[in-house]
Amino acid sequence: MAAPGGSAEGGPDVAVPLDLVVSAVDVHKSFRDVEVLKGVSLDVARGEVVVLIGPSGSGKTTFLRCINHLETVDQGRIYVNGRLVGYRTDRRGRIREERASAIARQRADIGFVFQHFNLYPNRSVLDNVCLGPRKVRRVSRDEAERAGRALLRRVGLGSKIDAHPAQLSGGQKQRVAIARALAMQPKLILFDEPTSALDPEMIGEVLTVIRDLASEGMTMVVVSHEMGFAREVADQVVMMDDGAIVEKGRPAELFDRPAHERTRAFLAKIL
Amino acid sequence: MISTVGLHFDGRFFWTSLLHPSSAFLQGLWATVYMSVVAQLLATVLGLALALARRSKVGVVRGVAWSYAWMMRGTPLLVQLALVYFGLAAAGIYRFANLTVGPVTIPGEVQAAILTFTLNEAAYMGEIIRAALAAVDPGQMEAAMSTGMTPSRAMRLVVVPQAVRFVIPPLGNDFNALMKNTSLASIIGVQEMFLVSEQVSSVTFNTFEIYLVASLYYLGLTTVWSVIQAVIERRIDRRWGIRREPRRWSATWSRRRTVLDVGLGA
Ligand SMILES: Nc1ncnc2c1ncn2[C@@H]1O[C@H](COP(=O)(O)OP(=O)(O)O)[C@@H](O)[C@H]1O
Ligand SMILES: [Mg+2]
Repeated sequence: MAAPGGSAEGGPDVAVPLDLVVSAVDVHKSFRDVEVLKGVSLDVARGEVVVLIGPSGSGKTTFLRCINHLETVDQGRIYVNGRLVGYRTDRRGRIREERASAIARQRADIGFVFQHFNLYPNRSVLDNVCLGPRKVRRVSRDEAERAGRALLRRVGLGSKIDAHPAQLSGGQKQRVAIARALAMQPKLILFDEPTSALDPEMIGEVLTVIRDLASEGMTMVVVSHEMGFAREVADQVVMMDDGAIVEKGRPAELFDRPAHERTRAFLAKIL
Repeated sequence: MISTVGLHFDGRFFWTSLLHPSSAFLQGLWATVYMSVVAQLLATVLGLALALARRSKVGVVRGVAWSYAWMMRGTPLLVQLALVYFGLAAAGIYRFANLTVGPVTIPGEVQAAILTFTLNEAAYMGEIIRAALAAVDPGQMEAAMSTGMTPSRAMRLVVVPQAVRFVIPPLGNDFNALMKNTSLASIIGVQEMFLVSEQVSSVTFNTFEIYLVASLYYLGLTTVWSVIQAVIERRIDRRWGIRREPRRWSATWSRRRTVLDVGLGA
């Protein structure tokens, strides 16, 4: 596959086309001596929705976490909005990890929605949503709360503003988590199996919110095995196995005419 | 006055001492309370520093924090008091002198006692806070960092406030033990409740009565604390949106440490 904006050995300031929100180039990652990402490259254009599928342990979560630098990368580069994520080149041209404050600034523009929500259990729903804007963006409490209320209404939780996470259903928690990510006004949102911890009857309400975001043009990478959702919302479906991308394509192509046996076998198993 | 063969109990003295304690006794009570409170507060701050040191990336920092806990928890508090007050003076290293701040004078032995209780309790608080920080789901740190917080800000705004919930029950146990252990400061001459009782006993010979009164006052202190602790725990639970669990009274009585405890503990 083509490495966007130049090859992996190009400098970090290499021009990445402006309409590419994510540009991952030959990403390698090992835990101890086990390589779990074996050269993953992926482009995500502005407004595009990419759905990542693949068997458990294939490296989907690890790849997603690399995109906002929750995991370091051993080799290769990831650009978000044209900026190298998590690293900089020093005066001698060597790649070094960025300072914590710079990494934090980059993450502020990248939303992340976790499988297990990770809401702050000691804060109200509204405070969960407002903490980031207030403490990171330095928005006043009033303004943050006004925006937070509007976001919570948008995800259908206008009546739960003062509730605590412990009092919510799984589907409601995940919608709060999405509102919390949106409150930072991110340019990209990463979803790691957002519905796989939910009871079946709550999956729909969460997917509806994500679908709405897609129609509003939000750029998203979603790890999900909800095939109906992927078919409807994805611009690109990416099949990963054993730390590498097996194939990618439009949902209709990939689901109906998979080119690889491994994709066929995986789809047969989950459908 | 009841006076039979083998039983001597001065009821009038007992009730008077209990209900109308002398001003010396009340000052002793006050010393017990303020030494405990001040030492616990300082120990909590120092304990947080020790807990963070135990998580440091620098091996030497971790080692120092570990050694500190090892020594403080592995030696008796009574011996530590004697070492700090008598030992340091005898070796010519430091002699605790009375300190006058505005209208109040803090006697040297009280300073030594508060310092020792703080240093000792900090070792335990360090372990308690370390365990509490570890009990917070790592996903909390990641969620906070994903909204653009630096690790240190995420620690301060998200992780530490959640750790408080896990700190309060063992802290309460320790504070309960500390209030009782302040009686050990009598050996360096601190005029706390037990030493005052001892002095009353040697003057009046109402030994049983006055020690019984002192016991009841200690019991009163620990009982008041257990009520305060329950209120704090309930408030925190409410902040987490959790209904109050039935209070476990047994926690109030469990003794985590005694004078003779020289083990490394849990
Ligand atoms: N922090 C970690 N330490 C060690 N191994 C890990 C860690 N995280 C993931 N792995 C391993 O990396 C591989 C890929 O995991 P993951 O990215 O979670 O896959 P997926 O999300 O596709 O199920 C798995 O074999 C997993 O056990
Ligand atoms: Mg995963």
